[in-house]
Amino acid sequence: MEMVIFVVLALLAVAAGVGVIAQRSAVRSALFLLVNFCSLAGLYILLNAQFVAIVQVIIYAGAIVVLFLFVVMLLGVERAEETPDLRRYQWVAGILLAVLLLAGIVWALIPAQPETVAALTRTDNVREIGAALLTDFAIPFELASVVLLVAIIGAVVLAKKRLEE
Amino acid sequence: MVPASYYLILSAVLFVLGAIGVLIRRNALVMLMSVEMMLNAVNLTLITYSRFLENIDGQIFVLIVMAVAAAEVAVGLAIVVAFARHKDTTDVDEMDLLKW
Repeated sequence: MEMVIFVVLALLAVAAGVGVIAQRSAVRSALFLLVNFCSLAGLYILLNAQFVAIVQVIIYAGAIVVLFLFVVMLLGVERAEETPDLRRYQWVAGILLAVLLLAGIVWALIPAQPETVAALTRTDNVREIGAALLTDFAIPFELASVVLLVAIIGAVVLAKKRLEE
Repeated sequence: MVPASYYLILSAVLFVLGAIGVLIRRNALVMLMSVEMMLNAVNLTLITYSRFLENIDGQIFVLIVMAVAAAEVAVGLAIVVAFARHKDTTDVDEMDLLKW
């Protein structure tokens, strides 16, 4: 049963990933990205990471995809479209390099598999993450808020219109 | 029980799909989406190891990655908006202001 769910979600994720890079329209790419994120959230639940799955849906599917759609609408759909590309060598070179990369990653991953497969334990996932975030990882956790503040300021400064012109 | 290698290979495939997107697309928005897909593939690897090594640290790392990804996307999209206002396109081939 778990295998069936895994295969369905994996196929959905890969198909949506192909959709993201194969669509000419940026809106459709963003919607395929949404499907990709949601199927990954399902895989996280399968991997016993419920909190991360919920956060994935809220942050990625909820915030980031909506941000992408906002920008596409803000720029106008026709400006966000891509003109047909006549340089086929770029496609060939890109796909060749990507296949090489896939071979390299798989070659590196296969010997690195964990030896022991622990049985599913009923643990309090959210409690564990909260305890770890506020004890061992308190400094990275606080630094993340600084990163977000800098990103907010940066985005506002970059995107606002110049007043003096 | 799904073996760890299945998850790892799936995440490798998703990462490579993102890499193909960055390499062959010229729309800055779609390239940013592909970068997000690559970040998600890495997150899947981290969660897989977190599950199979019974260690919560991988999930903490994923949360930090998500925060950085959100920051990256906000700044990246702001740059795209500023550029589109300047040049009226999101094509990366047109982004040559710093070319001498």
